[in-house]
Amino acid sequence: MTGSEVPPIDLPDLDVSAIEAIEGVEPVRSVRTPIRLDYRYVPGRAAVTYLEAMAEKRILGQRDPDTGHVFVPPRGVNPASGRVLDEFVELPDRGHVGSFCITNVPIPGRDDLSLPYASCWIFLDGADIGFLGLVAGCDPDEVRLGMRVAAKWKPDDELTASAENIRWWEPTGEPDMPLDEIRGGRGA
Amino acid sequence: MTEGELWAPLTLEYPFTRTTGPVIGAFLTGLREGVLCGIRRPDGSVLVPPVEYDPETAEPLAEMVPVADTGEVVTWTWTSEARDHQPWDRPFAWAMVKLDGADTPLLHAVLVDDPSQMRTGMRVRARWRDEREGHVRDIEGFVPEPPS
Repeated sequence: MTGSEVPPIDLPDLDVSAIEAIEGVEPVRSVRTPIRLDYRYVPGRAAVTYLEAMAEKRILGQRDPDTGHVFVPPRGVNPASGRVLDEFVELPDRGHVGSFCITNVPIPGRDDLSLPYASCWIFLDGADIGFLGLVAGCDPDEVRLGMRVAAKWKPDDELTASAENIRWWEPTGEPDMPLDEIRGGRGA
Repeated sequence: MTEGELWAPLTLEYPFTRTTGPVIGAFLTGLREGVLCGIRRPDGSVLVPPVEYDPETAEPLAEMVPVADTGEVVTWTWTSEARDHQPWDRPFAWAMVKLDGADTPLLHAVLVDDPSQMRTGMRVRARWRDEREGHVRDIEGFVPEPPS
């Protein structure tokens, strides 16, 4: 450490001499404290419409008629104003990378992700917010802001009402989105 | 649930392993070896479970002392339906148990069949597990101690 070193704390040695049973045995140094919460997730009307369209390889968003902003995935309301939305719009399965993170540390329970992988905030063409997706089909080092990507769908006979139908996003090879046009799509 | 309603299981799980430090480590080592311990404050009172620092003066504490595995229920509440992932699969009481030799109570379960068997001030004794690993669950729970 440099600059702001924490002064050493002068701790007395722990005296366990009164407890015969723990003298000279291997001390416990760590303890497992797992936390687990089991939910039954019911998606609600907007997300159900989105998921059912996914089974047909269509991506639906919702449009706010006041502002023109398009939100994907649809949540039933404009997150900024709280206005209830009922107009669905279909979006293309391609867009650009608005931000990304390369992960080099494994997540317990996600053995399907080989390291390193690129989690990206993807802005679909015509959407005003991004959503999270895995970018594969290129070296993680090649992932960059403005990179154009398209959905890699599961085979048709494996499609279900699930966002998992999109296995990942792949580079399209189109020219990158200019940097000054990236953030926030059309200015949401 | 409506017929055909779309839903999915969603499980959040954090597989934490925490390092204990010497004081909690000694307490857990004691549990593994079948001994309950606390830590003594300068005024002679004993905190169970032990803490690293005096709760009033923040002075470091260092003198571990053994306490009994018997004590008194200070307060309690009844759990009529054990939840998943609780260590008990039947109704039980959560209780603050002040062990003999301790001045503060320890949170644990009292294993009785019915809340009518619970009362504040009742005497209880720890029921130890045969296989212990250095965890508060090394005590299966407390059971009423028959009057001697």
